[in-house]
Amino acid sequence: MKSILSLTVNGVARDDAAADNLLLVDYLREVVGLTGTKMGCDGGECGACTVLIDGQPRLSCITLAQACTGSEVETVEGLADGSRLSPLQSAFNEALGAQCGYCTPGMIMAAEGLLRRNAEPADSEIRLALAGNICRCTGYVKILKAVHLAVDERKP
Amino acid sequence: MSRIGRIGAPLPLVDGPEKVSGKALFTADMAPAGALVGKILRSSWSHAGLLGVDVEKARALPGVAAVITGEACDVPFGVLPIAETEYPLARDRVRYRGEPIAALAAVDEKTALAALDLIKVRAEPLPGYHDVQAALAEGAVQLHEKRPGNVEREVTFELGDTVAGFADANLVREETFHCAEINHVHMEPNASLASWDETDGRLTLHTCTQVPYYVHRTVARCLGLDEGRVRVVKPHIGGGFGARTEALGFEVIAGLLARAAGGTVSLVLSREETFLCHRGRPETETRMKIGLKKDGSITAVECETIQRGGAYSGYGIVTILYAGSLLYGLYELPTVKYHGVRVLTNTPPCGAMRGHGTVNVRFAFENLLDAMADELGLDPFAVRRANLLRKLGFTVNDLMVNSYGVPECLDKVERASGWADKHGKLPPGRGIGMACSHYVSGAAKPVHWTGEPHATVVLKLDWDGVVTVLTGAAEIGQGSSTMVAQCVGEVLGLGIERLRVIAGDSAVTPKDNGSYSSRVTFMVGNAAIQAAESLKTVLVKVAADKLEAAPDEIEVLGEVYRVAGSQDKGLEYSEIVTAALAENGTLTVSGHFSTPKEAQGGHAYRGAAVGSTMAFSYAAQAVEVLVDPVTAQVTVEKVWVAHDCGKALNPLAVEGQVQGSVWMGLGQALCEENRYHDGLPVHANLIDYRVPTFVDSPDIAVEIVESNDPNGPFGAKEAGEGSLSGFLPALAGAIADATGYRPLDCPMTPDMLFKALAKRKAG
Repeated sequence: MKSILSLTVNGVARDDAAADNLLLVDYLREVVGLTGTKMGCDGGECGACTVLIDGQPRLSCITLAQACTGSEVETVEGLADGSRLSPLQSAFNEALGAQCGYCTPGMIMAAEGLLRRNAEPADSEIRLALAGNICRCTGYVKILKAVHLAVDERKP
Repeated sequence: MSRIGRIGAPLPLVDGPEKVSGKALFTADMAPAGALVGKILRSSWSHAGLLGVDVEKARALPGVAAVITGEACDVPFGVLPIAETEYPLARDRVRYRGEPIAALAAVDEKTALAALDLIKVRAEPLPGYHDVQAALAEGAVQLHEKRPGNVEREVTFELGDTVAGFADANLVREETFHCAEINHVHMEPNASLASWDETDGRLTLHTCTQVPYYVHRTVARCLGLDEGRVRVVKPHIGGGFGARTEALGFEVIAGLLARAAGGTVSLVLSREETFLCHRGRPETETRMKIGLKKDGSITAVECETIQRGGAYSGYGIVTILYAGSLLYGLYELPTVKYHGVRVLTNTPPCGAMRGHGTVNVRFAFENLLDAMADELGLDPFAVRRANLLRKLGFTVNDLMVNSYGVPECLDKVERASGWADKHGKLPPGRGIGMACSHYVSGAAKPVHWTGEPHATVVLKLDWDGVVTVLTGAAEIGQGSSTMVAQCVGEVLGLGIERLRVIAGDSAVTPKDNGSYSSRVTFMVGNAAIQAAESLKTVLVKVAADKLEAAPDEIEVLGEVYRVAGSQDKGLEYSEIVTAALAENGTLTVSGHFSTPKEAQGGHAYRGAAVGSTMAFSYAAQAVEVLVDPVTAQVTVEKVWVAHDCGKALNPLAVEGQVQGSVWMGLGQALCEENRYHDGLPVHANLIDYRVPTFVDSPDIAVEIVESNDPNGPFGAKEAGEGSLSGFLPALAGAIADATGYRPLDCPMTPDMLFKALAKRKAG
């Protein structure tokens, strides 16, 4: 069964005929063509597919696309302003918060969700907010540093 | 040579912006519209004879483009030319649960999955051997015809007289240590995109590999194609850690499917399947015996280690050789006796993993050394200092050591961790431990020996002033593309914005053996320097002609070429480029690196070349822990690590590599384990296989030690592996300091510790 899915992706309103059992991650990657959102596991285990739904970090691999009707979905591709990286993206680049880069989109979206609700998180709050995102390269040390760097950059 | 802050200055990765913006394309991101979907049917037996595979119904299902079985390929493969034992699809026998039996390509995933269900396999079960004892038992069925007793390789050597060495010791102790099988868990599940061009019989394979050249070679051979008809491209890859240092079956299957279907096939494995073809670190039992004098100096070492290798050879022979040879190189060892056995079992094949071959043996060695130091009343740092290499040169087993930063690593970690005020002095439940470790900077002999240089880098300078660096080195997140750009930029005096790196596309880039054994910085870095020196010679000659001076009078100051010492404004780089290209157009130069014979190890025993390298990296680390008195849960509070990388070409990247490898040691030490029930993996997801999360992971403070290796590129050695193995014994030492109980096994889970502590309490 297909139904019309109306939602906003990275600020752009869309209407698509989408199967009722289509996962959000597949909708984003295959229908919208945004491949920045990654699959790292078989469902809900690694955080690589994290996107923001109405500002909240959510796992797009265990979310039905149709459940996002009327919602605003944001992916890693939506953060940069043209060629200008967002503070988190820029900080992950500068502080080497990304090595292989595969967990990075999900990690950045989870961090983005955190900073929108808590502009100056403590170490423990960052760790907890990103505990569902597995990174295999960095040991998380430079990711922690990158989030702090972004916090500083976001300060007016 | 001008220095404008490239070498030695922290630099973000050249491909960082692509990764943080979501633009970086990984293999699974690249399937074009209309690509067929590949799926693999896997064995549900851990050991069985195949009687028949009926694929007719699957083939007849509308939407199915191709179905293949073991008949599609009768060429066995394996990364070591002496151990090619595996077929991409099983032929007469399956040897582990999850081994590929058939594969198909269909128009979409739904059709592909439906078709898989229509394949019928008839098999005759054989006894499954899931541990080494069962596989080695008398009368056990042989997994492979040419491997009697299910032994992949037995290695034995005795260098020096260990009997006399032990007789000379004041204290001799022996313990048995167990390490569970673990795996890499690179975050990107395995994926290949294969395109068969029917019109001219060519295959293009995009695949997530660390070794595009080995994949190229293997796929061409298994498909019976001339090597020139295959192109292998390595897109961005989501980590490797050794899992992808050999051509894997799924890569061959993708090629076979594309050819059978006459089109493009996207084969993306699930996380569960990625676990099944893991090639991780084998389960290992190690009996270690050490003899010490009262002052802590080692008189003799005896090591016996057994590895559960899994169903196929892979890198197994190299792993069991590394485990013995790399006992050497870190300390002065007068006599060593080694006995290693690599066993074939009905579990998924193990292979190379970060710290290849050294980690479990180093855990045993350092752990026992620490316990013995305690018995002799020596500080853990003191016992290491009593055994430092006495001179540079060659070890007893002919390994070359030209730089050795262990003394400085020890000093830095001792100071930074506040060791003197902590060891033996922290409150109950809190403790600190330490250990040393090392690793090769590239295997001096490649696994596939062709006589060509180990590394070749090509530079192209064109009218736009950009120097394009062409390298086959696989950028896997470790920063190799950034490293080659830095080396070239440093020599030429150019900023990173003048350089473009193209890596890992066999249609364009020169052959490279790949990203394994921490070879890239040392070998590819040196080749890049040589290439850049060649280009510089050309540019300086042009400047000299224009300035009417001799080439050796020209100095290069960033992008200005002028007569040395003169205060002329000289010539701009852009003018030099225009003049240099005037006669023959685009300029191309290449640079090479080969290891000299003396670095390639000796012949003290069969396989003694394994472990040989141009240089060793060294590390020391201290680990502080808190052990919960009720649950026995270990919390690692902080790690201090000093790593001798020769010269930090990019301190930011060095820190990142060292932190990543220490943390990977932490995962193995604390919580990671591949577990099987009757040969069935019960860990094959990221819930049951516990990778440390953000909340489990401590701060890791890195101190860089620069011993300036005489042969390294600008003095550099490896940074991404040498710090891993030290974490395991350092943690055991910290737990011993905190609780009085010294774990001998990994992982050191709360269950294991709780039982041990309870048993001790009960008396």
